[in-house]
Amino acid sequence: MSQHSMKRYALAILPLRCFFWPIITVLVLLLGSAQAQTPAVSAAQTRQFTLANGMTLIVKPDRRAPTAVHMLWVRVGSMDEVDGSSGVAHVLEHMMFKGTPSVPAGEFSRRVAALGGRENAFTSHDYTGYYQQIPAQRLEDVMRLESDRFANSQWSDEEFRKELEVVKEERRMRTEDNPIALMHEALNAAVFVASPYRRPIVGWMSDLDALTAQDARAFYQRWYVPANAAVVVAGDVDVEQVRALAEKYYGTLPSRAVPQRKPRLEPRQYGLKRIEFKAPAEQANVVLAFKVPSLQWQEDSASDADALALTVLSALLDGYQGARLERALTQGPDRVADSAGADNGLWGRGPQLFMLTGVPATGKTAAQVERALREQVQRIAREGVTEAELARVKTQWVASEIYKLDSLFNQARELGTQWVQGLPVDADAKLIVRLRAVTAQQVKSVAERYFGDDQLTVAHLLPQPLDNQRKPRPAPAGMRH
Amino acid sequence: MIAIKNISVRAFSIWAAGIFLVNSALAAIPIEHWTQASGLQIYLVQGQAIPMVDVQLDFDAGSRRDPNDKAGLASVSADMVSKGVRAGSADEPALDENALGEAWAGLGARFGAHASTDRLSFSLRSLTYPDLLSRAVALAARQLAAPAFPKDIWLRERDSLIASIKEANTRPATLAGRAFSQAVYGKHPYGFEMTEASLMRIDASDMQAMYRELILPCRAKVTVVGAVDRAQADALVQQLFARLTSDNPARACAALPALPEVQPLDKPADVRVAFNSAQSHILIGQPGYKRDDPDHFALMVGNYILGGGGFVSRLTTEVREKRGLSYSVYSAFEPGLHAGAFTIGLETRPDQAEQALKVSRDVLSDFVTNGPTPEELKAAKNNLIGGFALLIDSNRKLLGNVANIAWNKLPLNYLDTWTQQVESVTVADIQAAFARKLQPGKMVTVVLGPAKP
Repeated sequence: MSQHSMKRYALAILPLRCFFWPIITVLVLLLGSAQAQTPAVSAAQTRQFTLANGMTLIVKPDRRAPTAVHMLWVRVGSMDEVDGSSGVAHVLEHMMFKGTPSVPAGEFSRRVAALGGRENAFTSHDYTGYYQQIPAQRLEDVMRLESDRFANSQWSDEEFRKELEVVKEERRMRTEDNPIALMHEALNAAVFVASPYRRPIVGWMSDLDALTAQDARAFYQRWYVPANAAVVVAGDVDVEQVRALAEKYYGTLPSRAVPQRKPRLEPRQYGLKRIEFKAPAEQANVVLAFKVPSLQWQEDSASDADALALTVLSALLDGYQGARLERALTQGPDRVADSAGADNGLWGRGPQLFMLTGVPATGKTAAQVERALREQVQRIAREGVTEAELARVKTQWVASEIYKLDSLFNQARELGTQWVQGLPVDADAKLIVRLRAVTAQQVKSVAERYFGDDQLTVAHLLPQPLDNQRKPRPAPAGMRH
Repeated sequence: MIAIKNISVRAFSIWAAGIFLVNSALAAIPIEHWTQASGLQIYLVQGQAIPMVDVQLDFDAGSRRDPNDKAGLASVSADMVSKGVRAGSADEPALDENALGEAWAGLGARFGAHASTDRLSFSLRSLTYPDLLSRAVALAARQLAAPAFPKDIWLRERDSLIASIKEANTRPATLAGRAFSQAVYGKHPYGFEMTEASLMRIDASDMQAMYRELILPCRAKVTVVGAVDRAQADALVQQLFARLTSDNPARACAALPALPEVQPLDKPADVRVAFNSAQSHILIGQPGYKRDDPDHFALMVGNYILGGGGFVSRLTTEVREKRGLSYSVYSAFEPGLHAGAFTIGLETRPDQAEQALKVSRDVLSDFVTNGPTPEELKAAKNNLIGGFALLIDSNRKLLGNVANIAWNKLPLNYLDTWTQQVESVTVADIQAAFARKLQPGKMVTVVLGPAKP
């Protein structure tokens, strides 16, 4: 799931499909470039260690500039919450800035700023992360600060009460004044029955209203244990020095058992679900969510092969200007949509969805767009795809992997998300091998098998007129689900 | 500690990045600058570590040059650059939008155009393997020189844009921003807004005409960052512009007409907009300053303290941290070729709007009257100077910074002296600069939200 709530202003977090590939071999194969040579960034060795108390350390040296990024990942997100306390993972993320016995409220941010650093934090369904971007020689300072708050976060009920109001403002801003976000919230609640993915990351407003400081403290005590966390460092650093610092600041924290997780598996869906969502808007909106397999990272697994083929399918539909959906839905005199998209979840701690989305063109209906989106998948199921299309999307991905090396932050983020899924640091290499193996026949086959009615949930946003003199709505419509 | 690093490690850093950073105080970034025979100006920073290159082309063709009845022309023209290319020589058939999309995907490269208020910018990102790069540059050259601006595609895009404008008009942030912009800029082009009516007046021929006039080599500032040396960069840019010629070279680079400046406000304006939203949107501001203003550093450092600096700014401390009134609160200047707006912005629950407005105004007025404390200034310098390397630690960030130097005619050692410029700012400088630029008694205030919370 790619939705995040951030402590601070919207900082674009990209979808979590993290391909991190050994680039050069693949380039030669895909681009047929005779001149492709080993670049100056040789695949710098990424190293992973387990500290004395069970915490994970991942270090990726990148010596291009004297900066580093330091991230602390905790394998706990909104999916680990229980009903009635939705949003507590994210509220806790906010509270982690509110001090420890040795670092008063607000002081964490002041100290990071004084180091020349930038910082923020993020919460998703699957994980919570904290980061600082710093001059490399300040790494030890932020490791000291971060390990302190990981172990000793402590704040008053009054601080909690104030920050909870900030989080409610965040919910109003991101969700309640945004009809599309409200519709997606309602859609998730309709798609999933047992999976905790059905709850919004930011939490239902009534749960936020009822949340107590003690709820957040209990969540912190339960989940912020060393064996449930990873430190990721990328940048102008020496692996052994970082390892020594990590043992000093993190490895010495007392170890505690990671709580047992209840599986809460999503039961099989038997038949189409459909929601109509009314909101003040001009444009209708259509989302089709198909339940699909999540990559489990097993060799010779038919389900994994399907998950990978579904990702290739999404790129063939929507991976570049002029890909199938754009061509079929948004062009020509009879075009039905102003925009259309496809996205495969691929992996996550919970169940994954393949989403088809569209915005009807003026004069066209949501039903027409829904039909047209499904027709494009059916067409692939009937006719298959061309080798040229396949080569194009693979090439584009592979090039993106080189471009990605330009961002230290993205490299660290990918390593963190891989760790959350329990994948090794060389998961990238294995993933590319398997993705490159996806054939046109496999793509056709998943298009045939995963896009019937029974695993599908459809949402239509039905635009309603604005009434600006009316009193504010007592609660947004999405809250009723 | 790993603060002390040995020389060989440093040397490796320098070599690998192609940039020279011993420490922030001694930073030296080698920007190479030259002018081609066409008049085209090139700025290059070499970075050999990753086999990729970024090229940015900036033209004085941003939305400030839109005819006032055709607001949006620069923006839609930029979008339409990706919608088709005219036929070239015999073996170069016309390419439609889909053929272009397929070609760029197949090269693993990206090319596009974008208009801001001042600039119309093109950007190319490609791998630097020679055969790939030359194909990418050749395609970009065709697209730069001969966009087709197909009429039928424009009519389709126009319909789609109008639909999205109508949708945006249902959102509180759009409406608050529009009311603010109109009140701050008045009739200045910075306040022009693309509307259904202005789009209906734009024809594909307007795009062609604008393009012929403004998108010429002699008007281009070109920034190159990546794994190319000077000779390669020169050849690359030569190839990129080879097809872009003027039908009337004599007229080609005549100075463009000067545009009026943003007028200062002569009285305060309090704009209230009734809107049925979960939050009230508050914007406070006025025209700010031009990028070439000598107060730039004092204003930039001062604004970090006031409302630009993350969690530690005065506005965030007072509005969010102490009172929990808003998720986001900020202040910002937008210096450009003209005095872009100074803006304070926040969103809050409607029943708290007046309180949040008062707190923000108090913070602003205190800051303009008294300036920062010495401790605040010290903290700001620690962050800005200490974090300088974070501004330039990737090709992407370098590209933006070097293009900024090129566009604003800043000295080539601008980045090298940046930390010294910050260091030299005093409390008195900030106080005086804010007093010169901001008049809290004459600002625009927009409050958009439910009529009776």
